[in-house]
Amino acid sequence: MTVTAEAAPVLEVRDLRIDAKSNDRWSQIVKGVSFAIRPGEVLGLVGESGAGKSTIGLAALGYLRPGARASGGTVRLLGTELLAIPEEERRPLRGTKVAYVAQSAQAAFNPAHRLMDQITMVAVDRGGLTRAVAEKRAVDLFAALQLPDPQSFGSRYPHQVSGGQLQRAMVAMAMICNPALIVFDEPTTALDVTTQVEVLISIRKVIEDFGVAAIYITHDLAVVAQIAHRVAVLRYGEVVEEAPIAEIMDNPQHPYTKSLWAVHEMPAEPSGAHGAKGQPLLSVETLSAHYQDFQVLKDIELAIGRGETVALVGESGSGKSTLGRVITGLKEPSQGRIVFDGKPLPEKVRQRSLELLRRIQIIYQSADTALNPRQTVRKIVGRPLTLYQGLRGAAREARVAELLRMVELDETHADRLPGQLSGGQKQRVAIARALAAGPDLIICDEITSALDKVVQAEVLRMLIGLQDRLGVSYLFITHDIEVVRAIADRVVVMQHGGIVEQGGKEEVFSPPHAPYTGKLLASVPDMAVGWLDRIMAARAV
Amino acid sequence: MRMTSHPILSMVIGRIGLGLLSLLIVSLVIFFSVELLPGSYASAILGQTATPEAVAAMEEKLGLNQPAVLRYLAWLGGAATGDLGMSFAGRPVMTVLGPRLMNTVSLAAITALIAVPLAIMLGILCARFRGRFIDRFLSTSTLASISVPEFFVAYVVMMVLAVKLQWFPSMAGIRNSMDFGEQLYRMVLPILTLLLVILAHMVRNTRAAILSVMASPYVEMARLKGEPEGRVVMRQALPNAIGPIASVVALNLAYLISGVVVIEVVFVYPGVGQAMIDAVRNRDVPVIQACALIFATAYIGFNLIADIISIVSNPRLLHPR
Repeated sequence: MTVTAEAAPVLEVRDLRIDAKSNDRWSQIVKGVSFAIRPGEVLGLVGESGAGKSTIGLAALGYLRPGARASGGTVRLLGTELLAIPEEERRPLRGTKVAYVAQSAQAAFNPAHRLMDQITMVAVDRGGLTRAVAEKRAVDLFAALQLPDPQSFGSRYPHQVSGGQLQRAMVAMAMICNPALIVFDEPTTALDVTTQVEVLISIRKVIEDFGVAAIYITHDLAVVAQIAHRVAVLRYGEVVEEAPIAEIMDNPQHPYTKSLWAVHEMPAEPSGAHGAKGQPLLSVETLSAHYQDFQVLKDIELAIGRGETVALVGESGSGKSTLGRVITGLKEPSQGRIVFDGKPLPEKVRQRSLELLRRIQIIYQSADTALNPRQTVRKIVGRPLTLYQGLRGAAREARVAELLRMVELDETHADRLPGQLSGGQKQRVAIARALAAGPDLIICDEITSALDKVVQAEVLRMLIGLQDRLGVSYLFITHDIEVVRAIADRVVVMQHGGIVEQGGKEEVFSPPHAPYTGKLLASVPDMAVGWLDRIMAARAV
Repeated sequence: MRMTSHPILSMVIGRIGLGLLSLLIVSLVIFFSVELLPGSYASAILGQTATPEAVAAMEEKLGLNQPAVLRYLAWLGGAATGDLGMSFAGRPVMTVLGPRLMNTVSLAAITALIAVPLAIMLGILCARFRGRFIDRFLSTSTLASISVPEFFVAYVVMMVLAVKLQWFPSMAGIRNSMDFGEQLYRMVLPILTLLLVILAHMVRNTRAAILSVMASPYVEMARLKGEPEGRVVMRQALPNAIGPIASVVALNLAYLISGVVVIEVVFVYPGVGQAMIDAVRNRDVPVIQACALIFATAYIGFNLIADIISIVSNPRLLHPR
């Protein structure tokens, strides 16, 4: 694809400043951002959560979320200064000249209307197309996006198609009026890695076939490397570095950019560094589980050694979390048994002794919902100390302080409420709470998925350090292959409720693979330009 | 999860079954709670000087000497076929209540015909112009109207329109001999009062139902597609708010049948509510039971309809995968 350097930019953002209101005070969340996008060009906006990526993306449509205001700068779309004209004049441009693709298609499609009605709406209402022409164009787009059965795809309701298909349908919706610019706001973040590849291929094809300019917002550097021509790295509402993709991938300049790149290449712990010797701490034997008639787990067999980290990998719906729930006793198995420290584990959590409960702890993905928002950190961490170890008063206070230091928090955090902590700090509190029990096994259910990469790397490093000191075993449930590489001793790959492959990390990650493992590994984007090109080229053959 | 071939049909049938079950339980409660009342009807009517023989004869005549379970079954069987038995005054209960029920239903129907579309329209308007004058005005006035007891609303309406302005009669005693126009004229004040009472509730809930949908990502998406705000409300939000709106409408329609006792008394309107008050005064147990059963049927029936509407308005159920 060619990007014409001399053509007038589709979008030109100059010194954009946006304020957001929180607690009745305005604070600047976008601080003088400038960039330009030429026809056919894709600009990647990269940064961690809270960097202002989405706010800038929406500003490209002249849209500000409630509670936000533009306090300076210009947003010029095809020569029209969006911030200077009234809303009634901005509105007709949206959907026709500039379109938006949201992170979650499931949430962004109206459940009450058929896909075709939602996709053709703008074209019929304001794009000047008749319904028949618009539908024809939609069907062509469905075909270009490799959606199944393009003729009848549009007659379905959003809940009747899969997440990956819906995300592509949203791309069709954005393309229906052939806009000059599309804003993609983390369009693959909510998808499984094997689905992500398909959607990325579709997005690439559409961008190239139609020559549309785009802003591609993501926190995933490997993804942006496959799609964007240029990348702007954002931090705290400012662009810290902007460069062509190849340049920034090979030779990042700004220290922050470098740190982002560094966490993506976390040193992989050699497997077998921990435990795995002698009798396993926990073994799961021919375990099955059902939700009503639906079998979620089929004949699961796995073992976790003392001081070992076993990573449980698989896509959403593969039964990973259910297995975690069965081990904790929150869900009863329909068949099979679990042996813990040489003795069969009672199925239900109610039948387990306090001592058993103490020895198996669980940490959840979202510390936001797993911590009581009305309890101080001291109370949250101190509760298991009193419950399991009978600690009170000064002894308990000292132990809380010690635990907070173990998870690299300050003692002064003890007086805070969860709402006063950052996402990473909240997850550390949840880890401290699990450690307070003095467990032998901690089930970590996607505990780093909601965290930014930099924070995620810190938390993983801390967990490895804690394991070295305390000899605790982890069952690490995750869909993120990067995380597995960084932390696991052994890997268990799950699909459709069954185990497709398990073994030492090197063994599972090096060929030959079970077919599904191979697909899973091949779907993880490389941190290098050209990975998607190779996949697309391989498919075209 | 496995789905039957017609999930909607099986759910609707399930709801109807549950409705009938609730009705059965309510009928048990109605019948046996009256049984539990101290004293007997016969001794109360005949006075303290009545001989035991006279009381027994009276009870036999009214069938009160039968075991309660048998009387319940007979009563239930009759009710199922539209025969609610004989009042203690000697007339069939349906003859006593029939015309009264017609009056209540026509009062309710006229009120509902005006109130439901108006309330939904005003609710939509409030949601569309949230925070603007019309929204604030309606929010405040509906809150005021909800906070005031209904009889007070009735007396204010009566004082202004009947006493001061003398536009309408304060008494709504309609008779069959009057023509429809005359009846309607006399019904204006109770209708107006009921309107004020139920409109407020429905407007507020319609507004809230729409606004909660307005916070969804697909509403933001519609705005990002450049859809005008009015259409966003009508096309994106409203179809997804039908369920909650239907249930608040059902609650208010049920109120129009069973909750109008106070209004009927204030305006001396010859409806079921009035009939029930009279029956309580006369200890006419079969009439009381019949009224309670009618009210319960109205409540359960309207809520059942609302349930079914919200099931049918859910595209996930209407169009299974």
